[in-house]
Amino acid sequence: MLTMISKRLMFAIPSLIGVVIVTFLLTRALPGDPAAYFAGPAATKEAVEQIRKKLGLDKPLIEQFFRYTNDLAHGDFGNSLTTGQPVATEIRNRLPASAELTLLGLIVSVVIAIPLGVLAATRPGSWIDHLCRVTTTAGVSLPVFFTGLLLVYFFYFRLGWSPAPLGRLDVFYSAPPTVTGFYLVDTLIARDFEAFRSAFSQLILPATTLAIFSLAPIARMTRASMLAVLASEFVRTARASGLSPATVIVTYAFRNAMLPVITTLSMVFSFLLGANVLVEKVFAWPGIGSYAVEALISSDFAPVQGFVLTMAVMYVLLNLVIDILYGVIDPRVRLEG
Amino acid sequence: MKRRDFLKSVSGLAAGAVLPAAPSVISSARADARSETLLIVSEGGPNNLDIHGVGTNVPGYEVSWNCYDRLISHEMKSGPGGVPYYDRDKFKGELADDIKIDDMSVTFKLKKNAKFHDGAPVTAKDVKWSLDRAVSVGGFPTFQMSAGSLTKAEQFVVVDDYTVRVDFLKKDRLTIPDLAVIVPCIVNSELAKKNASEKDPWGLEYTKQQTAGSGAYKVTKWTAGTEVIMERNEDWVGGPLPKIKRVIWRMVPQAGNRRALLERGDADISYELPFKDFQEMKANGKLNVVSLPFSNGIQYIGMNVTKPPFDNPKVRQAMAYAMPYQKIMDAVLFGLGNPMFGAAKDKATDVAWPQPTKYFTDMEKAKALLAEAGYANGFETTISFDLNFAGVNEPLCVLVQESLAQLGIKATINKVPGANWRTELNKKEMPLFTNVFSGWLDYPEYFFYWCYHGNNSVFNTMSYKSAEMDKFIDGARTAAATGDKAAYDADVKGFVDLAFADVPRIPLYQPFVNVAMQKNVTGYQYWFHRRLDYRAMAKG
Repeated sequence: MLTMISKRLMFAIPSLIGVVIVTFLLTRALPGDPAAYFAGPAATKEAVEQIRKKLGLDKPLIEQFFRYTNDLAHGDFGNSLTTGQPVATEIRNRLPASAELTLLGLIVSVVIAIPLGVLAATRPGSWIDHLCRVTTTAGVSLPVFFTGLLLVYFFYFRLGWSPAPLGRLDVFYSAPPTVTGFYLVDTLIARDFEAFRSAFSQLILPATTLAIFSLAPIARMTRASMLAVLASEFVRTARASGLSPATVIVTYAFRNAMLPVITTLSMVFSFLLGANVLVEKVFAWPGIGSYAVEALISSDFAPVQGFVLTMAVMYVLLNLVIDILYGVIDPRVRLEG
Repeated sequence: MKRRDFLKSVSGLAAGAVLPAAPSVISSARADARSETLLIVSEGGPNNLDIHGVGTNVPGYEVSWNCYDRLISHEMKSGPGGVPYYDRDKFKGELADDIKIDDMSVTFKLKKNAKFHDGAPVTAKDVKWSLDRAVSVGGFPTFQMSAGSLTKAEQFVVVDDYTVRVDFLKKDRLTIPDLAVIVPCIVNSELAKKNASEKDPWGLEYTKQQTAGSGAYKVTKWTAGTEVIMERNEDWVGGPLPKIKRVIWRMVPQAGNRRALLERGDADISYELPFKDFQEMKANGKLNVVSLPFSNGIQYIGMNVTKPPFDNPKVRQAMAYAMPYQKIMDAVLFGLGNPMFGAAKDKATDVAWPQPTKYFTDMEKAKALLAEAGYANGFETTISFDLNFAGVNEPLCVLVQESLAQLGIKATINKVPGANWRTELNKKEMPLFTNVFSGWLDYPEYFFYWCYHGNNSVFNTMSYKSAEMDKFIDGARTAAATGDKAAYDADVKGFVDLAFADVPRIPLYQPFVNVAMQKNVTGYQYWFHRRLDYRAMAKG
C-alpha cells in the first residue's frame, strides 16, 4: 500500500510542474494590463509605468517566471492585488468555506441519491424508478444559480424561514476560533451552540442547491451500476441460495456496485469544488471559487495561479484517496498496485 | 434493514435537509446592537484600507474617508430634494482649528486634543509626513495632489508642534479644495514609520491592513472580499460624535439578493443596484431611495478625432443629431439621470458645468450633415464599452447602434472587459465609445482641463487638440486663481461653446448616484466621492 501511495505521488510531480508552467503562461496571456488597472482611474502613462515597475511586470517573462517559482518554493503564492492579501492566506481562509459547503452538499446528495439509485435499480419501471429519472433530469437541467436564486426567493424572501443569504454566519455572530476552518466543527469545539445553529442554518440553502445539482450523476451511476451487478451470476446464485433480498442487495450487490459510484463521487466532488462559484456568488459565500473568478476578471495573476495550483494538488490527493478506497473496497485492486 | 424502513429513513433525511431553520431568536442585547449598527451591503469591497496604497479601489476610498481625518472638510448645504449636499465653496476644519489663507500660503492650526486611534497626539509632524507621503508615493494619490498644484514635499512646512503651513507653488484655485478630498488624509506617522521597511519607506504594507488614522471610525476586522467591520472612535474630535457605533459592511455580489435583503429589512443600506430595481423600490415606497446627480459628471459618446470619419466636424455633428437621447433616458436609465441634450435654441450658455447641449434627435438633419461630409451612404465603425458597467453601457450601445443604422452607419459593438478598459482608453484608438467622467473637484475648468485640453490626458479620450480650446481653459484657470470674474465667465462660456460646436464627445446625460436605505436610516449626505459618510448617519 505504501509503495502504491509513494508511486502515485511521484507520478503527480510532473503534472504539478506542468500546471505551474501552463497557468503562468495562461495568466500572462490574459487580456488586460494589471498595471493600468491598478494605477487607478486617473492614472497618467507615467503612473502606469511606476505601477508596472512596482509589480515587477517590466521584467522579461522568464525572469518573472523564475521569481514566481522561487517564491512558490518558499511557500509564497504572491499577493492578490484585488483583495490586497497574500494569496496563500486567502486560499487557506477560503478553502474550508468552500470545502464545508461542498462536502455538506455532497453528503446531502449522497444520502438521497444512493438509496434512490439502489431502489430504482431494484424496481426498474416502478414509480420510484420514474421518480429517480425525474429528479435527476430536473437536477441536471436546472443551473445552480437558478436553483439557488429560486430557493433564496422562496425560503428567504417569501417565507422568511431561511436566514439572509449573507455568507457563513449571521451578521451579529462572530466566527469561532479557527481549528479546522469548518464552522460546524469549530463552533462545537468552542461549545457555542447558538453560532453552530446559525452556521448550520446558513448552510442549508446553498448545500441544498449543490445537492440538487450533484444528485443526477450519483443517482444515475448508482442505478446503472446496481442494475449491472444485480444481473450478474453471483447475485443470481445468492438469490437461489435463499438469502433474503436485503442481504443480497446490501451485502453482495451494493458492495460490488460501489466502485464506479466512488469514482463518480470523486469526480463530482472536485467538479463541485471548482464549479460552486455561482452558488458562492448567490449566497455571498466567502469561498475560493468566487475569489478566483474575481481575480480573473481583474487580470490579477497571483490568485488565479494559486487557485489552479491548489485545485491541481487537491485533485491529485483526491485521486490518491480514491485509489486507496478502491483497495479497501475491492482487494483485487491492491494486487495491481 | 427492511426496504420500507430504509425508504422511511431516507425520506426522513431528505425532508430534514430542506426543513427551514428556526428564525433566530433575537435577544434584547442583540436588538440594541442592531439599532446602533449600520449594515451595509454592496457588490464589491475595499482591496486596501489606505488610499495612498498601490491600486486602492473605490470602495477603499470609503474606508479612508471615514477612518482618517483631513485638515479641512466641506460644510453641508441643502441639495436637490432636501438631501444634505457638500458645499463646494465652504470649508471647515476637521483636524485644523484655524485656517489662515495668505497670498502664497495657507496656515493650519491643529486641534490640540486630537488623537490617533492608538492614543498618540496628532501633531504638525504627522501632518507634514502624511502630505509628503501623498505627493511622494506615486500613482493616483500623487496625481490627485498635483491637480491642486501640490507636488513637492518642500511645500509642507512644520511651523511648531501644532501649526503647519502649506506653501503654494503658484496661484491655483484648486489648491484648498484639493486639501479637502480623500487623498490628503493624516496618518499616524510614528506608527507607520515603526512598520516601514527599507523597501517600503512609507509603511504602505502596514496601513493596507490596518487603519492608522484619527478618524471617526477604525477598522476592527477586515476579511477581504467578504466584510469590513468598523467601530466608532469614542475620542474623535473632528466633529460631533457619530450616532452609529458599529458599521458592518458585507459584500453581496448578487444584486437580486441585495434587494431582497433590503426589502426584508435585514440590510440597512445599499447602492449599486440596477436602475430598474431602484425605480421599483422608489415606486413601492417601502424604502427610502435617494437619487442625486453625479457632481461634475457626464456619460458621453466619444469619438476619436484623429482618424476618419470622426476627424470631420460635420460627421461629429451628424452623430450628435443621431443619438437616441430620450430612448436612453427611458429604456436604459428609467429616468434616473439628468438629460444633457435639447437645450432651447435661444438659450445662452451658462457659466456652469455640466449643462445641456442644443442637440436633440433629428435624423433628417443628421442625414443632411452626413451627406455634406461625403458619407451619404454611411460607413462602418465599432462602438466600444466597458463591460464592468454593462448594465448601462450595453443597452445604451444597442440603442445607438440601431439609431446609426438608420443613417447607413454600420456600428459593431465591441465589449471590452473591465480589466482591459483603461488600457484601451490609454491607447486612444477606439473610434467610437461610451464612458463616464466625473471630477471630484466641482469646477468647469477642472473638467475641461482633463477632458478637452491639448495636454491630452487619459481622459481626453478623443485625442482632441485645439489651440483655441487650450487658450480658453488656461485662461479660465488663471482667471479663477486671480479672481478675475469677467475673464473667467467669458472663458468658461468660450470653452463650453467650442466643445458643443466641435463635439468631439457627445454629452448624453448626467448620471445619478442611487442609494436605497431603510426608512429609519437618516443622515445620508452626498459627497463628491459619492461614497457613504457614516459620521452623519443614524438609525431611528
